[in-house]
Amino acid sequence: MRQKIGRWLIPVIGGAAFIYLLVPIAYIFVFSFNDGGRANLQWQRFTMDNWLNPCGAPAVCESLGHSLQIGVVATVIATVLGTGIAIGLVRYKFRFRKLTDVLIILPLATPEVVLGASLLAQFLNLGWELGYGTIVIAHVVFCMSFVIVTVRARVSSLDSRLEEAAADLYASPVAAFWKVTFPLLLPGIIAAALLSFAMSFDDFIITNFNSGAYQTFPKFIYVSATRGIPAQANVIGSAMFIVALLVVVTGQVISYRKNKQLENS
Amino acid sequence: MSLDLRSKAELRAEKRKNRTGVYLVSPGLLVLALFFALPVVILLAMSLYVKPPGAEVGEFVPGFEISNYGTVLTAYWPELLRSFFFALIATVLALLIGFPMAYLVAVRLREKTLLQGILLVLLIAPFFSSFILRTQAWKQILADEGFVAQALKFIAILPADGHLTATPIAVVAGLTYNFLPFMVLPIYANLGRLDTRLLEASGDLYASPIVAFTKVTLPMSAPGVFAGTLLTFIPAAGDYVNSALLGNNRDTTMIGQVIDSRFFKIIDYPGAAALSFVLMISILILVTIYIRRFGTEELM
Amino acid sequence: MTTLAEQTQAERTSGADLLLSGITKRFAAFTAVEDLDLLVPSGTFFALLGPSGCGKSTTLRMIAGLEAPSEGSISIGGVEVTSLPSHRREVNTVFQSYALFPHLSVLENVAFGLKRKKDKQAIQKARAGLELVELAHLANRKPAQLSGGQQQRVALARALVNRPQVLLLDEPLGALDMKLRRQMQLELKKIQTEVGLTFIHVTHDQEEAMTMADVVAVMNGGRIEQMGPPRELYELPRTAFVANFLGKSNLMRGTVSGQSDGMLSVDVAGRTILLPAQRAVHTEGEVVLGVRPEKITIDRAPLAGENQLSGTVVDVSFTGTTTEYLVQVEGIGLIGTFSQNRGQQPAAEGDTVFLAWEAEHSFGLAGDESVNAGVPS
Repeated sequence: MRQKIGRWLIPVIGGAAFIYLLVPIAYIFVFSFNDGGRANLQWQRFTMDNWLNPCGAPAVCESLGHSLQIGVVATVIATVLGTGIAIGLVRYKFRFRKLTDVLIILPLATPEVVLGASLLAQFLNLGWELGYGTIVIAHVVFCMSFVIVTVRARVSSLDSRLEEAAADLYASPVAAFWKVTFPLLLPGIIAAALLSFAMSFDDFIITNFNSGAYQTFPKFIYVSATRGIPAQANVIGSAMFIVALLVVVTGQVISYRKNKQLENS
Repeated sequence: MSLDLRSKAELRAEKRKNRTGVYLVSPGLLVLALFFALPVVILLAMSLYVKPPGAEVGEFVPGFEISNYGTVLTAYWPELLRSFFFALIATVLALLIGFPMAYLVAVRLREKTLLQGILLVLLIAPFFSSFILRTQAWKQILADEGFVAQALKFIAILPADGHLTATPIAVVAGLTYNFLPFMVLPIYANLGRLDTRLLEASGDLYASPIVAFTKVTLPMSAPGVFAGTLLTFIPAAGDYVNSALLGNNRDTTMIGQVIDSRFFKIIDYPGAAALSFVLMISILILVTIYIRRFGTEELM
Repeated sequence: MTTLAEQTQAERTSGADLLLSGITKRFAAFTAVEDLDLLVPSGTFFALLGPSGCGKSTTLRMIAGLEAPSEGSISIGGVEVTSLPSHRREVNTVFQSYALFPHLSVLENVAFGLKRKKDKQAIQKARAGLELVELAHLANRKPAQLSGGQQQRVALARALVNRPQVLLLDEPLGALDMKLRRQMQLELKKIQTEVGLTFIHVTHDQEEAMTMADVVAVMNGGRIEQMGPPRELYELPRTAFVANFLGKSNLMRGTVSGQSDGMLSVDVAGRTILLPAQRAVHTEGEVVLGVRPEKITIDRAPLAGENQLSGTVVDVSFTGTTTEYLVQVEGIGLIGTFSQNRGQQPAAEGDTVFLAWEAEHSFGLAGDESVNAGVPS
């Protein structure tokens, strides 16, 4: 009897949790078709206008463009720097290792308000103008820790004898990195970059502290929340969700096919 | 003087190797030092600034005013405690919901690669649809005139004059919702490595499924649970979007909101800095106790 | 298309002498290799044999350039390479774990070294290498899709195609099952004869070392105990470790009591055993006297033979081709021997038996040796 409960309990709770996760997204998607005026609070009637003209509401597309740009730039920087640290930490010895470990873990253990506030204090102190540059720096800092943790796990599971084999087969350290280490780390690096982009794109609190008047997509929504969020924002939120879904599903299907092929050959 | 027994060739090889390590690590560490460590120090300094007599709003001079801490703590200790309390409940809820999710995807669906992949995507994809948009969606779903509130009132679970939004429950639900993926992903990563043959082995050794779960699955997923609870609790304790959007002005204010408003509305930099610092230190203390008590060797 | 073996025939001189002089390797807590001198002539199949932790793998890694020696120098073909990094040494390794690149196909794996050396014919040579190990039909597979034996051969081809001056094999057969191991031993030996490279083979399997190598060096505790052709090592071990690690030996303590015509008389627990002086490390005082089990004949009736013992059979075990006996000899201890299973068994448990061997089969070791050194536990 108890065994049977265990058998269906997990799928039921797990399945319900996935529905819980997706309810607001369904809501956002449905209300992206609402002809609800500026506030989009009550369902009025179905329209395709918002999807046909996603930039219709002022500042929606501009803020989206800013967020995408910051996401890409911050992700590239954080991924490059974080991957370097991850490899360095696992493979090499150097002084101040303990200190380095602390410096990497601490940003993860620091709430966003504190990260945002301390960076703001720094920028005020330096007299830097808040805007695009300060947001990118802030995003690099908090994305980097996630990159390091993700890539480090991958580096630790990488057999260092493969690098020795490469050196034994006349590969200089540089060639060994690009021909062996990097291709084997790539799945981890891609996962880290995706995570990093998602975190940057969706960040509000740290951005809010360090952006000045510069508009990002989450900031735009937060500010409009009091007056009502235009339906175009729902269009963009839904579209981003669908694009993310398609990108990852395509990747999954490709690797699934590849595995099938390997099994069959 | 210690005697270095290593040969020239050894030293050269080691130096060559370690130089590469330094090149790899330095740029990133420099960024972290300049834009994480140094800012925290500056924040600490700023928390001790003094407001000179007759100064304008937002004007402060460097000082050593420890009483800044006393002032903000006396005024805002309820918000601080509430933040930790909300974050704690949200973490426990996220664990209760998140563990079955992770177990379902990682263990039950192990053979079904495609379905597993799709569910995994559904865990990550919400990040791209903006969490503020989703929080706002919850607000509208749970609004007084919305379907859920009306239905609950109809079956009399909710009193006729009751609300779902603007309550502590709504804030905690929002926190749970928003940080759920941070709980699920590390547990998933850990359970993904769980060898199901171990469960068969324990079944072979007369363990009932429940015993097998508590004696094998749970201990083996401990590092994931550990990382997941930290990755949920820490941002939840500092969050203010949920309390701002789903809360009210009376009994849901969290410390993040206070810090934000002291920085931007009241322009009390030392007070905001002192509160930030108190938040950071209390979280570090809590996390250290937690690590000491339950910590595993490999943290993340 | 020419095969790799044919290509190599033309440049038979590609193998090179390897010289290690005064090599020492210290790690933080212990010394792995101590003052090692070694000359491996070009074209030799050389085996480094020893138990795990004896320093043989560390020696190999130093030759490959993966580890720098603490002291001493390494030269290959007369050129000192001690401080040359691994990727600039004309040395290739077949790793114990094979270390095949999982993201590359079999062919790409084999071509890896040639491509790094910018060899224009990398792909053709890699194909030829795969033909040599009879895996050309699997060129496009990934390593994970191959069996252990196939992976082992890919690893071998990957090292061989570069035609290094020295080829290192680090327990390359350790992961294979017994049958495959025997087959691969023969193949390896055949390939080495074909290509004529200097092979250095590290192993803890004494049978493997003896069947494959021209010269075997037995290593123990960071030093080479004894080195020579397998037969010489087996017939005339110079230390108790070699006597016990390389095959089995019966060792007994005694004192030299006299000498005549180059023959020592050794008093072992009151009996006199003959030992040729030139087969003894020490010719006077305390010695450890040894004899290989197969040199001893066993029977219930007294036997002819220069050295005689008698005792009681305490254990008989049948192994198929032979039957092994353990005989308790008073004052000496257990003596092992065996007989071919041709006809009647010479003895059963509890029988009183006579043991005999020729004096020329005795060997003498230093008297302070432990008779149990190198006995597999």
